[in-house]
Amino acid sequence: MVQLTQKAKLVDRRQMSWLERIYLWNILKGMMITLSHLFKRKATINFPEQKRYFAPVFRGLHVLNRDEEGRERCTACGLCAVACPAEAITMEAAERLPGEEKLYREEKYAARYEINMLRCIFCGLCEDACPKDAIYLSQTFAPSNYSRKGFIYKKEDLLIPNPLTDPEDYKKALGDRPAKKINN
Amino acid sequence: MHLLSIDWWFILEKLVLIVIVISLSLVIAMYTTYAERKVAAWLQDRRGPNRAGPWGILQPLADGGKLFFKEEIIPLVSSKWLFILGPSLAMLTALLTSAVIPWGTSLHLFGKDVPLQIADVNIGILYIFGVVSLGVYGIMIGGWASNNKFSLLAAIRGASQMISYELAMGMALIAVLMLTGSLQMSVIVQNQVEHGWHIIYQPLGFIIFFICALAECNRTPFDLPEAENELNFGYHQEYSSMKLGFYLFAEYINMFISSAVMATLFLGGYDIPFVNETQWGLPQNLLAIIGFAVLMAKIFFFLFVFIWIRWTIPRFRYDQLMNLGWKGLIPLSLANMVITAIVMLWKSKT
Ligand code: SF4
Ligand code: SF4
Repeated sequence: MVQLTQKAKLVDRRQMSWLERIYLWNILKGMMITLSHLFKRKATINFPEQKRYFAPVFRGLHVLNRDEEGRERCTACGLCAVACPAEAITMEAAERLPGEEKLYREEKYAARYEINMLRCIFCGLCEDACPKDAIYLSQTFAPSNYSRKGFIYKKEDLLIPNPLTDPEDYKKALGDRPAKKINN
Repeated sequence: MHLLSIDWWFILEKLVLIVIVISLSLVIAMYTTYAERKVAAWLQDRRGPNRAGPWGILQPLADGGKLFFKEEIIPLVSSKWLFILGPSLAMLTALLTSAVIPWGTSLHLFGKDVPLQIADVNIGILYIFGVVSLGVYGIMIGGWASNNKFSLLAAIRGASQMISYELAMGMALIAVLMLTGSLQMSVIVQNQVEHGWHIIYQPLGFIIFFICALAECNRTPFDLPEAENELNFGYHQEYSSMKLGFYLFAEYINMFISSAVMATLFLGGYDIPFVNETQWGLPQNLLAIIGFAVLMAKIFFFLFVFIWIRWTIPRFRYDQLMNLGWKGLIPLSLANMVITAIVMLWKSKT
């Protein structure tokens, strides 16, 4: 027979020898294998104390970005929602009123912005689609929750901390992610 | 009046000893569950429980507490009385066996010699066999009273397994009895102290006894009564809360006791290997304590082997189990017995 792959292995169909038939010897061999594992390095990462390394390109929980002056960048264009293959993003736009210039960067902003983390597949297409560098995927996980409702993240859950009022948290949330070049 | 002159000291001494031995078995059984989880984890390159207390040593307490607070469910269709009797019996028989095991030589306390054995009856081994074979009732009654097909199947499996392996176990033991000429546990240990351990004279007998002990304790590879994948946990499927706890606990106590029995019968009990400790001139109490520690070390070794085996080999199929028992172990143990007899006869002639 022609071998199709190099991985194919012939099955050994020889009669078992006496030593193999009384099991004991083979069991002893198996036990030696398990015993050697007793002294091997553990594969487990002690989670809350130790975190595993995430690559800079890791796609985790979403963050809605602000600019240096603490204004929300999102202009509710809806491109992210259109790009999203899982249809996880819902939003409602609203018009910026006079006096709200400190809060929103553009004339139009997202009054409601929700991502359903159970639908999301963390593909990062929303980040690619966004013309305003307003959304990006951070290096944290979506944490567990008790109810399905808890997985629908509102704007308050997604917004990055304000760089003016709490610069430390802002830096931490930003991570080591390079800012996207935008033209405006 | 003579009949009523009870030796109160004797009763007190035995009572204290009973309390100590039972609580010791319980604590060790508790921590065997912990060891089981830890060793299982290590053998699989994991870490095992490490959250409750330092290195997770409070884990057994947490498990026990959890079992206590679980809802107590007694199925409507079960026969209630038997349903409760099952786990109680399992626990009871598991604890009863510890009575005849010599835990050490005697301590010298308050001007009296206190032997570290609850009852040095002259039919110690027969007692153990009697109680161990009662253990099957725990499984049988529990499985039958649950009124559940899986439980019943498991109970029947358990019963037939125990009966078939008890035979080989008993016959492997007869060879040991021929060597010592006594059924008394303390005499068997004394004989080993003088002439060397029985495992040297009876290696085959030891292996047979060990395999049968695995089967008697329902440990892998003979854990057919609680086969998860085909019987949904077998005889304790309908049990919840502490009644389930009793069943699980009884298994670990059984492991502990059968390790103790094996250490006593084949590894010289409290005998310290390779040395003659009576020549050291140490005080009697210290020697007794060292002897006890040595026995414990042997028991822990066996417990580790039990766990080690469990996490290495898969379960036998039922027909393989029966084949091994009836066609493998029983003829072997018979041969072992006959050969021992012939050798002894030949030696006594020359
Ligand atoms: S990461 Fe992908 S799936 Fe998730 S919201 Fe963005 S586009 Fe949708
Ligand atoms: S996040 Fe970006 S793509 Fe999505 S609506 Fe806002 S500006 Fe548009």
